[in-house]
Amino acid sequence: MFYREAGDFKTSYAADQQTFPIAFDRYRYWAVLAIAIGVVPFFINDYWANAVLLPFLIYAIAAIGLNILTGYCGQVSLGTGGFMAVGAYASYKLMTAFPDLNFVLVVLLSGGVTAAVGMIFGLPSLRIKGFYLAVATLAAQFFLVWLFNKVPWFYNYSASGQINAPERTIFGHAVTGAAASPTAKYLFCLFFVILLAVVARNLTRGRIGRSWMSIRDMDIAAEIIGVNPLRTKLSAFAISSFFVGVAGALFFSVYLGAVEVTEAFGIQKSFLVLFMIIIGGLGSIFGSFAGAAFMVLLPVLLKNVMVGSLGWPTDIAAHFEFIIVGALIMFFLIVEPHGLAQLWRILKEKLRLWPFPH
Amino acid sequence: MSAAESYVTADGRTIGATVMEMRNITLRFGGVVAIKDISFDIREGEIRAIIGPNGAGKSSMLNVINGFYHPQEGEIWFKGEKRAPMRPHEIAHQGIARTFQNIALFKGMSTLDNIMTGRFTHMKSNLLMQAFWKGPAEREEVENREIAEKIIDFLEIQHIRKTPVGRLPYGLQKRVELGRALAAEPRLLLLDEPMAGMNVEEKEDMSRFILDVNDEFGTTIALIEHDMGVVMDISDRVVVMDYGRKIGDGTPDEVRNNQDVIDAYLGVPHD
Repeated sequence: MFYREAGDFKTSYAADQQTFPIAFDRYRYWAVLAIAIGVVPFFINDYWANAVLLPFLIYAIAAIGLNILTGYCGQVSLGTGGFMAVGAYASYKLMTAFPDLNFVLVVLLSGGVTAAVGMIFGLPSLRIKGFYLAVATLAAQFFLVWLFNKVPWFYNYSASGQINAPERTIFGHAVTGAAASPTAKYLFCLFFVILLAVVARNLTRGRIGRSWMSIRDMDIAAEIIGVNPLRTKLSAFAISSFFVGVAGALFFSVYLGAVEVTEAFGIQKSFLVLFMIIIGGLGSIFGSFAGAAFMVLLPVLLKNVMVGSLGWPTDIAAHFEFIIVGALIMFFLIVEPHGLAQLWRILKEKLRLWPFPH
Repeated sequence: MSAAESYVTADGRTIGATVMEMRNITLRFGGVVAIKDISFDIREGEIRAIIGPNGAGKSSMLNVINGFYHPQEGEIWFKGEKRAPMRPHEIAHQGIARTFQNIALFKGMSTLDNIMTGRFTHMKSNLLMQAFWKGPAEREEVENREIAEKIIDFLEIQHIRKTPVGRLPYGLQKRVELGRALAAEPRLLLLDEPMAGMNVEEKEDMSRFILDVNDEFGTTIALIEHDMGVVMDISDRVVVMDYGRKIGDGTPDEVRNNQDVIDAYLGVPHD
């Protein structure tokens, strides 16, 4: 009824290869963008920004990053938290060492630093696969967190061991520090989300994306086609880490403002982002958004229902949250391994015919 | 027949000079000798079959040509040059493509994406251009799409263009895999049992495609196949292997009347 591809003809290969080949999808995409840019900033307040929107946007970037590595290239990583920490500390060091550097550049450079670190920790992937690689990236997670705790240079020898984001402005509006308004923070993160989501989509539908997926699906066949496994896997690690690094830089400087590494970028963070892409859908950009939204919104929702409406103690509510998230992950792994994105795809296939059965 | 001269076959195809030559190849796995002192050549534009009983070393031979295995002894000459030991992906860039005995498609990708991946060696745009889908990157995608579409037309698989290959029936998967190898526009195409597990009709289709590929694109083909009827029908020359040794080499008729080959296939009376 609403969702039609009939009559939507393409007359060139370029038109057939665009991001949203179906007209309805395209309009919906522009509508979502228009609301995100044109409407949300006028209604945003501190609660919505800090509890929902900022974490959603930042985790979406991290989830896209991990999805490139795990969902598209098939290399499982448990080092996301560690790589986010690299992005955070890189942005901190850049901000304190070069106070005049434009903040957008700081964030992008932090991503670049993380990409380099990610490539180093991606080297074992050439020899080992699956669980063993997961354990190797786990080593990256623990090593990086340990490093940022152990070496005072990274936190500029501050007594608390914390890092604090100094104030930085974009077009005269503060985006970090205490004076930053929720609107400025939101729009700043939104800019990176849109930019990086478009980049991720372009990469995954082109030559390099196909080479990642070929390594994921059948590495031997990929090699005889001319795909160099070394370069392909390392490029996936680099680009994935770039995304995760940008997410880490934003998480620290824009969202939290002050960070203690073990608490903010511990192993739970790695699992959280992994759960996002499992629930959202491996190998799907939309799935990364869906998973990030789900994992950010679920605790907020549960808290409001259990503590707000039912009046339960917060510690019981927190335990329930673990149980529900755990059960959901098991449910998704068994029933729908391709996650919310696949459910969405099935719904769309049904919508094509609805309300007529045939 | 002499090795250097080109000649025209009965059906009007021109067989050119030697494109690949294996010289005294020996391949061992520990104490097991998989290939023992084998030499043969493949000439430009011909269909060259490798046959033999199970375990004769045929697939190992393809893996040697492909670079998965490195022989302990012997030389491989390709396009008139001795080939240094190299990785499979480097060999792909030299113009050798292949299909597998057990289908090795990229299951999560569509037919079109599988064939586009086959174009990998012909695509060069860098990361930054791809990230923004601009300029050369976009042009390259469209140009290669056109070539991929030609192959899709050729193999008559237009209707499954956007279907994930995991959902396709076996015969079509085999065809898509052939398409992926063809997309590389190889100088030499290796087919490892292209007709295994097919019914008669599917075998006829596949034979027709192999002959058409050879005829229309002039692709040199080396294939392994167990169906003797097919092999004798479509190939120009046949190598017969048994227990890692070469026991026969020549036209189908010569091979059919070779006593060693008959013994290997039918057995030798013990009395």
